[in-house]
Amino acid sequence: MLETLIVMLVKIVVVFGALLLTVAYMTWIERKVIADIQVRLGPMRVGPHGLLQPIADGLKLMFKEDLIPSQVERVVFLLAPSMSIVPAFIAFAVIPFGDTTTLFGLLAKPVALHITDIDVGVLFVFGVASLGVYGIVLAGWSSNNKYSLLGGLRASAQLISYEVSMGLSVVGVLILAGSLSLVEIVKAQAGLYWWLGMLPIPRWFIFSQPLGFLIYFTCALAETNRAPFDLPEAETELVAGFHTEYSSMKFAMFFMAEYANMITVSALATTMFLGGWLGPIGPSPVWFLGKVFLLLFLFIWFRATLPRFRYDQLMSFGWKRLLPLALLNVVWSALWALRG
Amino acid sequence: MELVIFTGLALVAALAAMLVIVQRHAVYSALFLIITMGALAGIYILLEAHFVWIVQVIVYAGAIMVLFLFVIMLLDIRREQDPWTPPGRGRILTALLLSVVLLVELGMAVAQRLVLPPSGAPSVAGGFGTTQTVGRLLFTDYLFPFEITSVILLVAMVGAMVLAKKRLT
Amino acid sequence: MQVPLSAYLILSAFLFIVGVVGVATRRNALIIFMCIELMLNAVNLTFLAFARFLNSMDGQIFVFFVMVVAAAEVAVGLAIIIAIYRNRETVDVAELNLLKW
Repeated sequence: MLETLIVMLVKIVVVFGALLLTVAYMTWIERKVIADIQVRLGPMRVGPHGLLQPIADGLKLMFKEDLIPSQVERVVFLLAPSMSIVPAFIAFAVIPFGDTTTLFGLLAKPVALHITDIDVGVLFVFGVASLGVYGIVLAGWSSNNKYSLLGGLRASAQLISYEVSMGLSVVGVLILAGSLSLVEIVKAQAGLYWWLGMLPIPRWFIFSQPLGFLIYFTCALAETNRAPFDLPEAETELVAGFHTEYSSMKFAMFFMAEYANMITVSALATTMFLGGWLGPIGPSPVWFLGKVFLLLFLFIWFRATLPRFRYDQLMSFGWKRLLPLALLNVVWSALWALRG
Repeated sequence: MELVIFTGLALVAALAAMLVIVQRHAVYSALFLIITMGALAGIYILLEAHFVWIVQVIVYAGAIMVLFLFVIMLLDIRREQDPWTPPGRGRILTALLLSVVLLVELGMAVAQRLVLPPSGAPSVAGGFGTTQTVGRLLFTDYLFPFEITSVILLVAMVGAMVLAKKRLT
Repeated sequence: MQVPLSAYLILSAFLFIVGVVGVATRRNALIIFMCIELMLNAVNLTFLAFARFLNSMDGQIFVFFVMVVAAAEVAVGLAIIIAIYRNRETVDVAELNLLKW
């Protein structure tokens, strides 16, 4: 009992620390990659190749003056950034990082590389994501400012609209895997499929559910307020949207929440479509991280390349194009599963 | 252990429910209601409802309450100056009658020898409350109500859109 | 020690009573609506408690349907409240007295 508790605490600390580090260095990766796409250098001064830039940014934000306007709803104003960031981190409790391992023989009993495995893992991540909407809505409302309120309502309307298609896009995966548990979904993607008898293709669900993956990724872009769906936080829009009145660490928390959400949806996409921690040789967490970073690179690439949607285009796209496509994917997957 | 968890969650749920009805501003009521629903979802796990608790979080706490908050914020409700109405005589009588009925039910439940088998909570069938069981039941024994609820949702969607539409004068 | 059935029933009855008091005393239509949702949640808890203690899945299926119908009811109810607000500029149910003699 005590041993399992200690193992779980170690896992939680490791995951939390790794997540915070990744969130901080995502800012650096993003700036460098966008700079490269735009044929320039990006941060170069602070540390070699700007590697200490996130630390400098963090220190700057911590030392900024923390302004709280006088007429805001104080309790909700102070709680809203936490309500945004906590769901982003909680979702990582069910994501599997690797196979059961004995840490190269150091441990007596093999330990599973996920914090917990509940039998409704997929629904848990979606439920927690829908709780993340509250941070934005309440931040916009508590600022006692028309622009913040409207910005917050628009951002959360976007989020809840794309949640529907996101949930439907993974139903095909659930049909193929037969379980809602993320560990079972990864295990269902094991093995190879010999195409034309010669070419080995892994049994990842991205190959049998390409439309599902595309819809999921598009919805993930919208859910994390990333380009081309980043109207709610575009600098030219509505002053600054729901985080107008926030400064210093609370402002930083909103952006940490956005990057943490990006990592969460990438990890979920990896687990459900790219085979999770499965790989031919080598330690499984390396494969998991590699696939997650591939998807994060896709996020950054999209931001650097695509212009943003107007708000009505964004909502029309989500309801009138993605939702019917997701429903079509569900019907097609069900028919495909029945054929055999 | 189960008793400790239940007591904690029950206290949170009861306290948050009481705070729902005493707030001056509707947004704070909604926030306390979300806390109540979260605590109830935790209690559902204790009751072996392995699918229903996450549906409670997603549907009730994650969607219905967001809708409430949207409407409250869009309608720009002010703080109530005087939230408590002095109840009239008819209301007091109805409230008394209802309270008596409910208290009688409470008393009967507490005298649990009438309700429970003497051995305490029976063990449940394997797979009780899991997604597979709920899914199978929904598509076999309860298929007709399931299809009816899909029609209900469609009607509600159309109704809500028609009622809330702006007049195109 | 296990939690007895009566504990769940007492909690459910308490939540229901709180909901009833809220509906009877508050004037804001949205808060009345929220107390109705509280009552529905209390009923859900009763259903699940009995489903567990009688080893019957019927209770859980019924809870599922209650949640679906509650969602539909909230959508329509809030649309009605919005329509009323547009007309009368208030959500105070004491002001909605046109049909009173």
